[in-house]
Amino acid sequence: MTDDPLAPVAPPVQLPPRLQGVEAVQSVRTPFRLEYHASSGQHMAAFLRAMKQKQILGERCPTTGQVFVPPRGVTPTSGLETTELVELPDTGYVESFCITRVPIPGRDDLELPYVSAWVVLDGASVGFIGLVAGIPADEVRLGLRVKAVWRPDEELRETADNIHHWAPTGEADVRIASYELIGAPGRPPAERQVRA
Amino acid sequence: MIDVAVVAYAARQQPVFDENEIEMMAPVIEDVRVATGLGPDDLDFTCSGSSDFLAGAAFSFVMTVDATRPVPPIVESHVEMDGAWALYEAWVKLQLGEAKTALIYGYGKSSPGSLRDVLATQLDPYAAGPLKADAFGIAGLQARYMLDAGDVTEARMAEIAARSMASAESNPLSIRKGTRRVEELLAEPYLHDPLRAHDVPARADGGAAVILATREVAERVCERPAWVRGIDHRMDIHHLGARDPRRAPSAAIAAQALAVTADKIDVAELDAPFTHQEALLATELGLDSEATTINPSGGSLCGHVMMGAGLTRIGEAAARIHRGEADRAVAHATSGPWLQQNLVAVMEG
Repeated sequence: MTDDPLAPVAPPVQLPPRLQGVEAVQSVRTPFRLEYHASSGQHMAAFLRAMKQKQILGERCPTTGQVFVPPRGVTPTSGLETTELVELPDTGYVESFCITRVPIPGRDDLELPYVSAWVVLDGASVGFIGLVAGIPADEVRLGLRVKAVWRPDEELRETADNIHHWAPTGEADVRIASYELIGAPGRPPAERQVRA
Repeated sequence: MIDVAVVAYAARQQPVFDENEIEMMAPVIEDVRVATGLGPDDLDFTCSGSSDFLAGAAFSFVMTVDATRPVPPIVESHVEMDGAWALYEAWVKLQLGEAKTALIYGYGKSSPGSLRDVLATQLDPYAAGPLKADAFGIAGLQARYMLDAGDVTEARMAEIAARSMASAESNPLSIRKGTRRVEELLAEPYLHDPLRAHDVPARADGGAAVILATREVAERVCERPAWVRGIDHRMDIHHLGARDPRRAPSAAIAAQALAVTADKIDVAELDAPFTHQEALLATELGLDSEATTINPSGGSLCGHVMMGAGLTRIGEAAARIHRGEADRAVAHATSGPWLQQNLVAVMEG
């Protein structure tokens, strides 16, 4: 018995003779490869199919009229199933953005630094993630008006990646007065787009 | 201790859901709300259990929160565990007086990947992990230890399967059911020696939802609440080589802490995905098979939703009390290979 509280509780391990004196293992690599065949769900599938046609589908909350994109099947503000799909324009404004100086694997076409942004489509109540290009990164700002730049028609697939990036339209910036919670009473979607 | 009861339970399970997790779970959550009349604003706390390894996507559970009506913001938490552990977190929250009601859900859509292989990722990364032993293989080793020691026989395992499948007949959610004779089952070939097809769980996509409430709410929204008299969870050591596969000491300690055997148990819902594990758990919990009906729902063997099976056991046991079919019930949930982690709950009508 020892008084040392950190003393090992088990006796020291005695290695068999054939393992004595061999180099100790310093690290173990346990690589795993798992394959998944995911299904996107009914509402997201409609969104992805529309993407192939260069259409952006959202869905409208049956009680508040808010428009969510991409569609998830329920609205977060009512918990109700959404049934009405809404086609949204491919224009909007930057509500938030982030400048990144490390590359995305598989996107060698992106010049560093690149800007990922939360783009609020005209008529939508929530943002939609994308890349902003065609403008120096240090000129991207909140309220910047942007339009989708789609991949060439022959490259279109059932994916949101069909929007290659969002480019400035040259229109006057949207003035973002204040940040408000989605679902705040008395705030229909269009009200947030106050032109400067 | 504050009186807390399970006041509602709902579940969905089928071999494959084409829907995404939000679409899969929204109706289950709606069912328990409708059953109690408690809407999103009446639920003080929401806690869920799931695993991103099943979806193959990081933070996939965050999307599923959309099924709960999370805006305006709700008080919400998640465990990367079976929903039974989410229920434990909620129960603690209610015991602390921080909430009077809680919505708990646990779900798993494991069909996109190979669940047997996905489960290998929970092995320790040094000794067992590199072997990539799949879940059936590891369970088979445990069964072999138990068979060699005389803890079970293949006939006893087949009896458990036959009884579970017969019970599953009355459960509309069950994936595997039917009347099968023991001799007939024993004539089947091995799937993973010594396991036959009837010894391994019938995998399903799906999930369960439960509402917990303190007395003042429970008595208003539920005719016969299932009062949670105690709930305890423990875990055994992670390393398979350091465990005795014939034992689940964590389950025994949890059961002793709750004095499970102090009174008659009408129903026990045990989360035993494999037949030999039911035998092991019945021993560890000290259940008397004469006095207690084990897995009247057919159990996890006849419909196993990864990350939802334990919460389903709690819900099924509670539902027996709700319907007046049982006065005292035990529910059990497990996680990890060889029943590494065990949760036991005692409920009374």
